[in-house]
Amino acid sequence: MKINIMSFIGSVFKKLFKRKKLIKLGIYGPVNAGKTTLANRVCKDWIGEELGIASKIPHETREIQVKEKVKIRSNDKELDFNIIDTPGIATKIDYEDFMKFKLSEKESKQRAKEATKGVIEAIKWLENVDCVLVVLDATQNPYNQVNITIIGNLAARNIPVLIVGNKVDLRKANLKKIQNAFPQYKTIGISAENGKNMEEFYEALFELVK
Amino acid sequence: MLTLQFVPYSEVKDLSSLGRIRKLLNMAKENKIVLLEGRLSKEEEAELIKTTMEEINASFRGIELAVVNPNESNDDAFSKLKSTIASALVGNRQGFTIIGPATIIKSIKRDPNKLQLLMKDASSRVSKKHSKRRR
Repeated sequence: MKINIMSFIGSVFKKLFKRKKLIKLGIYGPVNAGKTTLANRVCKDWIGEELGIASKIPHETREIQVKEKVKIRSNDKELDFNIIDTPGIATKIDYEDFMKFKLSEKESKQRAKEATKGVIEAIKWLENVDCVLVVLDATQNPYNQVNITIIGNLAARNIPVLIVGNKVDLRKANLKKIQNAFPQYKTIGISAENGKNMEEFYEALFELVK
Repeated sequence: MLTLQFVPYSEVKDLSSLGRIRKLLNMAKENKIVLLEGRLSKEEEAELIKTTMEEINASFRGIELAVVNPNESNDDAFSKLKSTIASALVGNRQGFTIIGPATIIKSIKRDPNKLQLLMKDASSRVSKKHSKRRR
């Protein structure tokens, strides 16, 4: 009887203090694919607040942004995620490109400087994630070296990957092309901006981390 | 004048990853388009991007990069194993790598069986150089 009581108390304590595993979910991809828009959509869906600012100007996200302990539910299952939104990865950054968006030369140079640091940080953070959403703009050609390098590096580190073809609500979107480019990965088409296909997205996310 | 520099694998095979990246990046910074026999590893590609970002300034705006392995997608398991063993023995000689400065190459368009280098037109390159001098 004494043993039973002790084991009961032990299991209650275990349940009380058992720390739920946090999954570090990285959001990676090229510039302007909609990574922050997706991070915002997920955070808004589950905690009612956004994570960062999304804009049409390239390299809007220039620092790693993390939203901790985001509880997501799908099909009666619940998991806790740390959502890690990363700056878009690029092989070139030209400050003059920002001036086309009516930023001053000084602002553009500053943005370019911060953007280069952001890309370096994003690559370094590959070591700190458990699984990754690679967000690609479905209206763009997926056979881009940045996409290939990101996915290749994740594969080399055995990090599970879900490819998210974003902007499928746009006429030019071609999800099939993404699937053909990376046939070894599951690809899901969504529109992070208007929430299209998010249920399927969450199901695919839970499949990824199971 | 546009310079296309071919780099045979033998020229980089004894270099460390960092040495290989440095060599390729230095050539791109000299406004050359580099055609390397063989491929960089995935980790080297990421390192090349990181190093490029560290060196971006008013005159160097980054690179365009394409790493091509023509047989990658069509290989069966046996061929993949063969090429893995071959790579381990003699290095990644298969395929090729193109690296060029972003001030010269506008973009590299790639489809599974086609590679197109889209160049910036000379006048815009010249005007950029002049505008740099004025600043």
